[in-house]
Amino acid sequence: MSDAVLKVTGLSKAFRDYGSELKRFASWFGVKVTPREEHWVIRDMTFAVGRGEAIGIVGQNGAGKSTLLKLVTRTLMPSSGSVEVNGRIAAILELGMGFSPDLTGRQNVYHAAGLMGFTREQIDKAMPDIESFSEIGDYFDEHVRTYSSGMQMRVAFSVATAFRPDILIVDEALSVGDAYFQHKCFKRIKEFRELGTSLMIVSHDSSAIQSLCDRAILLQGGRILQDGDPVEVMDAYNALIAERENSSMKTERLEGGQLQTISGTFEAVVEDIHMYADDGRAVEFVDVGQSVELRITVHAKSAIPRLVLGYVIKDRLGQSMFGTNTHHTRQVLEDVQAGQRVVYRARFPVNLGQGTYSISTALVSTDTHLVDNYEWRDLAMIFTVANHSHPHFVGSAWIPPHIDVEPV
Amino acid sequence: MSEMARSVWRYRHFILSSVKNDLKARFARSRLGGLWMVLQPLAQVAIYSLVLSRVMAAKLPGVTNQYAYSIYLMAGMLAWSLFVEIIQRSLNLFVDNGNLMKKIFFPRVCLPFIGVGTALVGNAFLFAATVFIFAIVGHPPTWALLWLPLLVAVNVAFSLGLGLLLGVLNVFVRDVGQIMAVVLQLWFWVTPIVYTAGILGNGFRSIIALNPMYYIVTGFQDVMLYGKAPQLMPLLWTALGSVVLLGLSFIVFRRAAPEMVDVL
Repeated sequence: MSDAVLKVTGLSKAFRDYGSELKRFASWFGVKVTPREEHWVIRDMTFAVGRGEAIGIVGQNGAGKSTLLKLVTRTLMPSSGSVEVNGRIAAILELGMGFSPDLTGRQNVYHAAGLMGFTREQIDKAMPDIESFSEIGDYFDEHVRTYSSGMQMRVAFSVATAFRPDILIVDEALSVGDAYFQHKCFKRIKEFRELGTSLMIVSHDSSAIQSLCDRAILLQGGRILQDGDPVEVMDAYNALIAERENSSMKTERLEGGQLQTISGTFEAVVEDIHMYADDGRAVEFVDVGQSVELRITVHAKSAIPRLVLGYVIKDRLGQSMFGTNTHHTRQVLEDVQAGQRVVYRARFPVNLGQGTYSISTALVSTDTHLVDNYEWRDLAMIFTVANHSHPHFVGSAWIPPHIDVEPV
Repeated sequence: MSEMARSVWRYRHFILSSVKNDLKARFARSRLGGLWMVLQPLAQVAIYSLVLSRVMAAKLPGVTNQYAYSIYLMAGMLAWSLFVEIIQRSLNLFVDNGNLMKKIFFPRVCLPFIGVGTALVGNAFLFAATVFIFAIVGHPPTWALLWLPLLVAVNVAFSLGLGLLLGVLNVFVRDVGQIMAVVLQLWFWVTPIVYTAGILGNGFRSIIALNPMYYIVTGFQDVMLYGKAPQLMPLLWTALGSVVLLGLSFIVFRRAAPEMVDVL
């Protein structure tokens, strides 16, 4: 990408333990010293972020996400490789860092914006905007120690985004108070994006990543495990969380070009999954509101004390439409024998909007796939919803209205 | 180095507002606020005056003022408190701001400037109080006070040179801070602030001759008590040494900067 705002090349970071600090001091003066221990947290990462692109960074704890962000924001120096930034970076990581409780909101804004490298004149110019965006009224000129934490966040977010950056780094833990302000923040982030700001979002929340990002990067053990379409990367990430000692994970390309992820211990597997119409025909195209039966045949390969089947219907972007499991419906099977087959039938009307949907299945022992994951199968089946019999509507849900029109 | 200078210039507003905020915070938290910056050293002066004035008064030749010893003490204490303030601030400069350095990118070189700026403002208050007290006890200011900016500059160069070096080391070996607390106490007594160099025997005098603070403190006393120019030659050597030390510590600071955040 020639128009990259961020170029990370062969980036590595090691934390070094010299045993004796004297050796470290010597190393500053050009003496060759070998550290006693090197702990590599980032290994040979290469990627680029284009102008206006939105990238999601996912990974388990300790995968290197925070270190990567610190390297990108230049608070940490790389051990080797380089980070090249064409433009200004702003990070919404630690909102309110460096705020002093004994100063007023306004004074703290001057201080925080100064810390970001802006001059008095630039801050003066942005001040009315910061004040109005934070919407805390007269409190703006009160001491910060009298603020609620939500108010402090409002001011902090307003400063952090007062000047449009070329790259905006957003941490998932972005809790900026109430839902109203949160929407306002996301609106501003989206506006920035339309104006050409690139986004880097760190999150565990797949819906945030899938709805905001064009691309996602999965980190594992300080390396890039996968870099690509957010839906596929989030599937791989989910499989990764479920990965346990004797479980494995495989990905394969489906005919449609999507990447399917299947993971687990495979003590029980989904053998067959189909959707049937009322007349018993297997269907892949269904009408809005049509009632169908989802039939899933499960094969237990070894004895299983507790078997739970779960499924989720997801839209094209990977957003969950509906999902449940037999733990929640209190239909857990106990002491399933090896070799036994179980047929699950779920009947429901397809109250979905037009589009393509996928079904993911999970065979587990409790209500989550984090305890025992026998099998997790993304894109287990794909079906398409078309609107044949209802007036035109938009959206993913079919919520049939009754509209009264009455001129008065 | 020129890069450092440029970032300091670019962040000048930030440095100034940080110094200002530090003062504001100090005034906000306690009832007497900023007065404590002045009261503490003055209380020390009062204690020494009370205890030692009779013994020491005769050792100050050529001064007729009955408060001569207190004036002598205050002149020395003005120099010493600036030195201690800068050393202590520099020692904890990076440790205290560790969280900030880990989370936000800004030129780290701003920190020593903020530290020195804050210390200088505090010292200016002490200076004002000192001159005020001098006037009350019948010791009006003389033209010799014009030497003070030079003396303060040498004092800052030496204090920052030493403090920055120790501050960087303190990030990696925290014992440095603890050791310095003891060293500073000892250092106070090998500097002629409470006593005069004149009462010392030859052996001890050759020891304090190695102490750069001796020349700086003596300079303050010459200017503020005796109203005469400081001895230029020793001062020049001290200044030269201080500038070399300052340069060295900035080099160490620059080399250490990339690793500092790793261990904070």
